[in-house]
Amino acid sequence: MGEFKVHRVRFFDYMPSAIRAMAFNVHTERLAVARVDGTVEVFNIADNCFQEKVIPGQDGRTIEALCWAGGRLFSTGLNGEMVEYDLENLRAKYTVEAYGGPAWTISSNSQGTHLAVGCEDGTVKIFELLEDTVQFKKNLDRLKNRVLSLSWHPSGTQIAAGTLDMIRVFNVNSGHATERMMVDRAAGASKKKEVLVWGVVFLSDNTIISGDSAGKVQVWDSKMGTLIRTHLVTKWDVMALSISQDESSLLAGTSEGSVVQFQFLSANLDQPDREWVRTRTLRSHSHDVRALVHTETAAISGGNDTQLVVRPFMEKVVQSSKESAPRKITFPHRSLVSCAKKAGILLFQFPERLELWRLGESQGNGRPGEELSVKRKPEALIHLKRKGDDHICCSALSLCGGWLAYASVSSVRLYQLQYDDDSITIAKVKLPKVLRWANQLCFSADSSRLFASFSQSSVLVFALGQSEAKYVHTLKPKSVSRQAVHLMSASDDGKWLATANSDCEVHVYNLSKLKYHCTVPVYSSCPSAMAIHPTGSNLVMVHADQQIFEYSLVQKEYTEWSRTLQKIGLHSSWLNRATPVTHVSFSTRNPDHIILHDMHMFCIVDKSLPLPEKDSDLYNQKQLCSMTEKARIKDSHAFKICESFKNLLCVGLLEDHSLVVVERPLLDITTRLPAPVRQKKFAT
Amino acid sequence: MATLYEGYTLCGLVKSPNSLDSGIHGIELESDNDHVVVTDSTRSVTLYKLSDQKPLGSWTVKQGQSLSCPAVYNAGTKEYVAVSDGKVIRVWQAGDLLLDKAFKATLSSTVWRVHCVPGGAELYVLFSRGAVRLLDALLAAPQQPIEEVLGQEEAIRWSAGVAAETQNFVVFTTEQKGSHFLYVQRLKPNSLQKFCLEPEDVGLAPLSYSACYRDGHISLLYLYPNGHVYKSVVSVRSPPLEEVGEAVPLPRTQLLCLPVGETLLEAASALFLDDDHIAVVGAPHPAAGAGTNFLCIWNTNFQTLQAGKEMAGKLYGQLWSYASKLFIPHGKSLTVIPYECPKSSLASALGKLKHAGAKVSRVPACVPSWSAVFNGETAMQSEPMETSQSNAQHSQSSSDGPVNQVLDLIKTATVEVIRKEVEAVLSQADIQGLQPWLGQLAGSLVSRSMADPSFYTPSTLATLVGTRCLCHSVCPELLMLALEKRDYSLVQLCLQSFPDVPENITCCCLKTFLSVPDGDVETASLEPGSLSFMETLTAQEHGTKLNGFSAAGGEHHHHHPERTSGLLVHTCPVGVHKAVLLNEVLQTPYSDTFLLPHLKDLSPQQVMLFLQYLQFLYFNYSEDSFEQEDKSRAPTLTQVLDWVCLLLDAHFTVLVMTPEARGLLVNLHSFVKYQVRFVSELGKLEGSLQELQHMREEKHIGQYSIQVIKLF
Repeated sequence: MGEFKVHRVRFFDYMPSAIRAMAFNVHTERLAVARVDGTVEVFNIADNCFQEKVIPGQDGRTIEALCWAGGRLFSTGLNGEMVEYDLENLRAKYTVEAYGGPAWTISSNSQGTHLAVGCEDGTVKIFELLEDTVQFKKNLDRLKNRVLSLSWHPSGTQIAAGTLDMIRVFNVNSGHATERMMVDRAAGASKKKEVLVWGVVFLSDNTIISGDSAGKVQVWDSKMGTLIRTHLVTKWDVMALSISQDESSLLAGTSEGSVVQFQFLSANLDQPDREWVRTRTLRSHSHDVRALVHTETAAISGGNDTQLVVRPFMEKVVQSSKESAPRKITFPHRSLVSCAKKAGILLFQFPERLELWRLGESQGNGRPGEELSVKRKPEALIHLKRKGDDHICCSALSLCGGWLAYASVSSVRLYQLQYDDDSITIAKVKLPKVLRWANQLCFSADSSRLFASFSQSSVLVFALGQSEAKYVHTLKPKSVSRQAVHLMSASDDGKWLATANSDCEVHVYNLSKLKYHCTVPVYSSCPSAMAIHPTGSNLVMVHADQQIFEYSLVQKEYTEWSRTLQKIGLHSSWLNRATPVTHVSFSTRNPDHIILHDMHMFCIVDKSLPLPEKDSDLYNQKQLCSMTEKARIKDSHAFKICESFKNLLCVGLLEDHSLVVVERPLLDITTRLPAPVRQKKFAT
Repeated sequence: MATLYEGYTLCGLVKSPNSLDSGIHGIELESDNDHVVVTDSTRSVTLYKLSDQKPLGSWTVKQGQSLSCPAVYNAGTKEYVAVSDGKVIRVWQAGDLLLDKAFKATLSSTVWRVHCVPGGAELYVLFSRGAVRLLDALLAAPQQPIEEVLGQEEAIRWSAGVAAETQNFVVFTTEQKGSHFLYVQRLKPNSLQKFCLEPEDVGLAPLSYSACYRDGHISLLYLYPNGHVYKSVVSVRSPPLEEVGEAVPLPRTQLLCLPVGETLLEAASALFLDDDHIAVVGAPHPAAGAGTNFLCIWNTNFQTLQAGKEMAGKLYGQLWSYASKLFIPHGKSLTVIPYECPKSSLASALGKLKHAGAKVSRVPACVPSWSAVFNGETAMQSEPMETSQSNAQHSQSSSDGPVNQVLDLIKTATVEVIRKEVEAVLSQADIQGLQPWLGQLAGSLVSRSMADPSFYTPSTLATLVGTRCLCHSVCPELLMLALEKRDYSLVQLCLQSFPDVPENITCCCLKTFLSVPDGDVETASLEPGSLSFMETLTAQEHGTKLNGFSAAGGEHHHHHPERTSGLLVHTCPVGVHKAVLLNEVLQTPYSDTFLLPHLKDLSPQQVMLFLQYLQFLYFNYSEDSFEQEDKSRAPTLTQVLDWVCLLLDAHFTVLVMTPEARGLLVNLHSFVKYQVRFVSELGKLEGSLQELQHMREEKHIGQYSIQVIKLF
């Protein structure tokens, strides 16, 4: 296969934001995750937990709670506003002021007709869902303290509200409180410290389960207002509760990072009396668990350690299948790094800034495994802060490094860069007014055009001239999907442009004719990465379920190799990988080589070699290394997987055939997290 | 394993100094196990409480009178009975303060003993002439005539009361003109049996008797001054109706042969403790020389010593046992020693010293060689199983016959005939089956060789040893015989194949090897493997000399150029053959505590020579150029060093005082010092190398690096 010089880059300071809230839509199997910086991400749990959509955050908007109401997604935050999101254009649709101070919680009834918002001033506000907006309906009886948690009774007539030291039950119709349940303060701590009821769950049998800052999970009878059972779960706070759909299992997330499961079981066989029994403890977080979702088969948790963890319940899934493997989602499923392969320049995207780096140079050559001495160190060229409050949602760098563009939900900016020997000049280029925002940006290979995906999967084409950009054309797909484009790729020969949206549609446009060319047959899983081959006019797509397709744009059909691959089937080790492929690129020297990478490895697929046998080892580089040349030929297969580099954010191939590997060690992320709650460990 | 616990003194002995008699006439159990009645030979009867170790009461007869029979306690009437002056029976109770005021009855004949049968409520009176009466009947008519049972010059030596299931017995032994008889007097209905004890060596009379009833038999245990302990058994079920007169010979079995050494025992006693154990007092401890001040418990099944205790002061050959306590008068006190005899097993019996002389069984001893067992001959393991089956009959008979023939042959035939016969036996049957007989063969060959100095069968013995079925314990004299006959190849063979050569024998061999002139050994045909090893070792030493560099690591540190010893380092101080033999000694298993005392017997010259040889080996082993080809025939470096340490331990003072040894010791010291320093340096090096490895693991990857990778 050959030797590669690898630029191992670890100076991308990417820092994910802590997870603050989650909401799960049972009908669409979409999980909405809100982070502390205001970003809302939508994961498709059915499609290998693929991160379908990212709604960028905004300075000043913090999210405390998320909720689905039908297919609509709402959030409230400490700025006192309620936000509904536009899931097609990936932006906030509108905001409604709740007029109750910081809004701590939001909850919709099971019918999806009303929303309840708990506010700092002690009010619970009921909003009615209208076609395109929400309308304030009424306040329930005002409480003395802030409302931290809310839960509707499945019938929609009652609502339980957790506040300081207390749980109140309201009749929604009358608006009056019907029950008052006092929650004990923590035994050891100061008696003056109020106990915060962080979570309540209202069950259809009129049981209320609460979790509070004293570490208790308590079961209440809401009719009598009496305490049935107290489980002391932790010394710290119980910050999140989640109930399964059939109300037989409950999860409680603690500040220690553990998730405790309770199940509604009968103590003895043949006895109808059931009670909530603590059954198991999952430990997958180092920090507070702030958000929890109980799906049919798994516990999904997130918190201050920024990771989204999916832990399947072993009794609910088939053993040792792909579903049974626990997942940790640390990095976004899209590229934050752009690589100008002709110039050796990297662009790093942060929510509030862009960084432009020039790669270093090495001295001489070396043997495999060696580290070369760095002749020229990498250099930070530009530190570009965004304008406005909206976070950057996408960015692009032309292959020559001469153009740079970024977009937020409110603006798109284009810059021209000029490199002299030592200095660099950056000039803003005005874009026509048509482009108010964009989901994806992309330059053509010769840097003459900028493509920006816009609403309803359309793409605007701009011609780049000397310090100006002219609107050329709008490419529109022949489809009914209104979903936003999340992948866009232009071919190196300038002939083709491909876009993919979260409805799994891949559209191809002919750039020479500036018109729609074709749509690739829709596959059930969302494409996670794609690229067009520089010479062969073949589109290579990798989907969230790890399938690889190669589609001939000229013939408008899958290529021979792709069909062979589908016929033989991908190796099970390949299909069982937990992270999606986020980047596809091609070798300039060998047209048969496709370079793919996910978080844990990168792979060079050599189409000329036989596919791996079912029972052979997919990860066979180490074995091949120790073999003789002859045996190696016999044993080698198409998938050359390199696992030497971990926690990959980007793997790209430069013009000079050297690789760029951008790593972000998880340890570096962990060390920047705030200290977790102190736990007594052995001998400390 | 039987145990003797810490004893305590019950009372002092009232006796005249230097008297041979202990002053204790008898000890009898009182009402319960905690009280005993002690009658001393003068005038008094004392009641002791054992748990308090103090007297509760004492009764004394008037001055001038004496108690002729130990007092017994009648549990039925709660009375004490004693006889004074041979004919006066005295009966009293605990409440009676003065014996003179108690009941008295004068009899018509002299009383030997009053016996109380254990567990019974009746007392029997045994008259000196052999008649037995019930006490109650006697007291009803004290002056009734008493018949004479014993003949002229026949006198009672010992008597006892024995309780069987339904009947009580009084047994007593008599002596008449050097013959010894046993009488068993059955009571209710009365009948008397007389037995004649088998005569022991001329003039030996049993020192002590003991009787007990077990499984329908009365067992009699008696000890002779030559240390032989016999047991005879009399059935209680066959009441003989014929008149007393003809003494029936009483068969006996020898239980033990106590090691007595040259002298005969004077005051000793043997006592039944239980089925398997006997207590012996007044016989020497087998491990402690000729002193007889020992109380020992022997297991009669395995003839093993189970427990032993040295008693202070003179022993009087008296011993009583009641309620798991031994009563033994010694020196100036009467001591009570509690004991325990748990059910014996082979494993526990093997625990303590097994005295070879005590072995009396006529069956050929089958001591399997451990190495043969461990070398995993499955045939060997399955053999005992089959032995009891039909097949075994065949193999037994097939091998028995020829072996017995050969055994007979050995006593008379010539060397050549014996060789052929033995080879024939070995070739026809499987050796494992023959194993028990091989020891016998070798044993008889050895004993004939020892008896007849002109007779010696080296090749036959070598063949027998070569089977690897023999071990030292099967024929202990073999190795010594070979040494005596200067048959060094046989000695080597024995040292190689015997797993259990005792340390003193090893030392004997060593001594012989060291003192024998080289010329004598060179003719011996030693095992070629071991010879070639020594030859390469010495050739190596010549080779290095020829090449002009002597690579001995120690040499660089010989700052004390002691000419003589410096030379010794590089040349083997003994001939090759001698060295081979010494190597065998080095490889013999030993335990240093047992070896050390014997090692002290070496003369300073021998020590020097041996030390020089060990040093030669040590230096050669430490050289880089040295490579052992055949490891099996060579002592390991550890063995060599262990022997150096032992030798220095045993003879350090001698060596320090010997001027010739100085150079050798200094040399050895500096070499060891050098090696210790070298090893400590290596240790340091190891530490730093480990650190290096540690460092490599934690390779830091910086923010940016350019690497080269290769994909295949």
